[in-house]
Amino acid sequence: MDAWASTSFNRLSGEQSRLHKEEKPVDVTVQNVARSFGTTAALHGVSLDIRAGELIALLGPSGSGKTTLLRILAGLDVPTSGRVLFDGDDALGLTVQERNVGLVFQSYALFRHMTVLENVGFGLRVRPRARRPSRSEIKRRSLELLELVQLSGLEKRYPTQLSGGQRQRVAFARALAIQPRVLLLDEPFGALDAKVRRDLRRWLREIHDRTGHTTVFVTHDQEEALELADRVVVLNNGKIEQVGTPDEIYDEPNSPFVFSFIGESSVLPVHVRNGQVWLEDRPLDLPAGTLRDGPGQLFLRPHDVDVVSKARNGISGIVTTVRRHGGSRRFELEIDQGREHIEVELPESERSLQSSVAVLPRRWRIYQ
Amino acid sequence: MTNLSMAPVPAPAGRGTEVTTETRPVRALLIGIAVAFLALFLLLPLGAVFVEAFRVGASAYFDAISEPDALAAIRLTLIVAAIAVPTNLVFGLAAAWAIAKFEFRGKSLLNALIDLPFSVSPVIAGLIYVLLFGAQGYLGPYLQSHDIQIVFALPGIVLATIFVTVPFVARELVPLMQEQGTQDEEAALSLGASGWQTFFRVTLPNVRWALLYGVVLCNARAMGEFGAVSVVSGHIRGKTNTMPLHVEILYNEYNFAAAFAVASLLALLALFTLIVKATLEWRYAGQIAASRRH
Repeated sequence: MDAWASTSFNRLSGEQSRLHKEEKPVDVTVQNVARSFGTTAALHGVSLDIRAGELIALLGPSGSGKTTLLRILAGLDVPTSGRVLFDGDDALGLTVQERNVGLVFQSYALFRHMTVLENVGFGLRVRPRARRPSRSEIKRRSLELLELVQLSGLEKRYPTQLSGGQRQRVAFARALAIQPRVLLLDEPFGALDAKVRRDLRRWLREIHDRTGHTTVFVTHDQEEALELADRVVVLNNGKIEQVGTPDEIYDEPNSPFVFSFIGESSVLPVHVRNGQVWLEDRPLDLPAGTLRDGPGQLFLRPHDVDVVSKARNGISGIVTTVRRHGGSRRFELEIDQGREHIEVELPESERSLQSSVAVLPRRWRIYQ
Repeated sequence: MTNLSMAPVPAPAGRGTEVTTETRPVRALLIGIAVAFLALFLLLPLGAVFVEAFRVGASAYFDAISEPDALAAIRLTLIVAAIAVPTNLVFGLAAAWAIAKFEFRGKSLLNALIDLPFSVSPVIAGLIYVLLFGAQGYLGPYLQSHDIQIVFALPGIVLATIFVTVPFVARELVPLMQEQGTQDEEAALSLGASGWQTFFRVTLPNVRWALLYGVVLCNARAMGEFGAVSVVSGHIRGKTNTMPLHVEILYNEYNFAAAFAVASLLALLALFTLIVKATLEWRYAGQIAASRRH
């Protein structure tokens, strides 16, 4: 783990809890929220309960409606129908300013003519006089937040003089300065390179655990969603496909979309007949359970397969290609004379090309 | 340890190193043509203005620019610019904001219309106002019955000047504001800033140098405009003559030294504009749309 993400948290924890003692995390309820732009619908009646203090990922491909939903929560967009509640109170009637949400954008959106310190203090400086802290108090709080995001010493810099990761941490500090009821992050690490992104992920998780904000972040990166979130909301075509913990989403995907979008997968067309799963004209050693007769699609993960002896009814194929994949090797199996292909991880002994192999998935799903 | 010889490797000699560069004589010829052209068409006339202005002597020069009609022309030019430039600053900001930050019906039409004054001859622009507000114009009888004088008076000159200088500010701001998008504003609003606070603390500072650049160009054109103003002014000495018109009258009266003396003031304005423009482009190139386009 990188040094800056782990060091100063313990020292800061007391200070930070004082910083946010007035703010209790809020429940966020989304009820049947729909949004259309002209004739195209970006969201079709989405409902979601976000518990106070939860870290939620909105995960989906581009055009799935995840950003639209985030903007509706922020008050930057208005749903065509439906309700949004913060702690049971209607939030749609509140303006962006009144909603008091902390927003962090992929492009940081830092004010380029202000120093880091001025950026962080902006939300406090623009408050009406009655609620505005004194200058020295604003400065004190801004410096405190810069310490929390580990940018002490850079307060006089301008955004252009910072790296991407530093800019994004300034954006976080700026959003935290207004003591937001909800923290909303739109692809917060999207513009950063892989290494910085991984570091910031851990850092965000720790900041979240310290400050306890209800946090919603949008991402198209499943790895990020699974690693960071308490619960993941998978969106596709303006609808919620599945809501669950990272384990639930990964191990029990409830639709072909979720199975193929999360993690890696191979698909084979199969047939269910009399309680048996058939691949073309051969039965497979997979219990069909409660599946009804008819065609279906068998989904499996490359690393969740076992090699089985030829005597059992496995998926048999010929190894056609071998690819390096991180720490392991992936083999492509050609099945039924090349009509289908699946990708699997195989042990050392099965490495030779053109050899014939039979495999069975340890974990699999059939969607009918 | 390996002995790494650090002697610099000589670059291959000959023309192979700079494939896009012409041979020396061709380069010299091209540079020569450009410099000669500029000297002949820009520097020579500019120099001539000052030489002619001082031909009869410095006291004649100062007499020429301090006689009442000249002072009236200078005053009128300053008044016109003082009205036209702020008007177009506000209009340019509003138009650029609308085009860059919202979607609305007729947006591309508005965008195209802003450029209209560039494509219409200034004389035509002047004539339009005469047709509208002149004694024989559409609104002439109404204006006369209410004793309102537009053409051949200050309002007409201001209107014509505004028309001609409409594009300058908006043209600078639109591309920059489009590129900057709306996220800074969204961030400011989410942090609790009101609409005005967002405008004055975020939007305006983001475009300040481009705005200043547009204003400088707009001002230069407002003070120097001849064609449109000439049509609506009526050339009443000491009353409706701006500096360019005054120069023309003096010249037509064979009062060359005085004509060039007043012209030298306009030339100084041009030089000043050039210096400001160059400074802004050099210092804030990234924030000025024109320096990337031109």
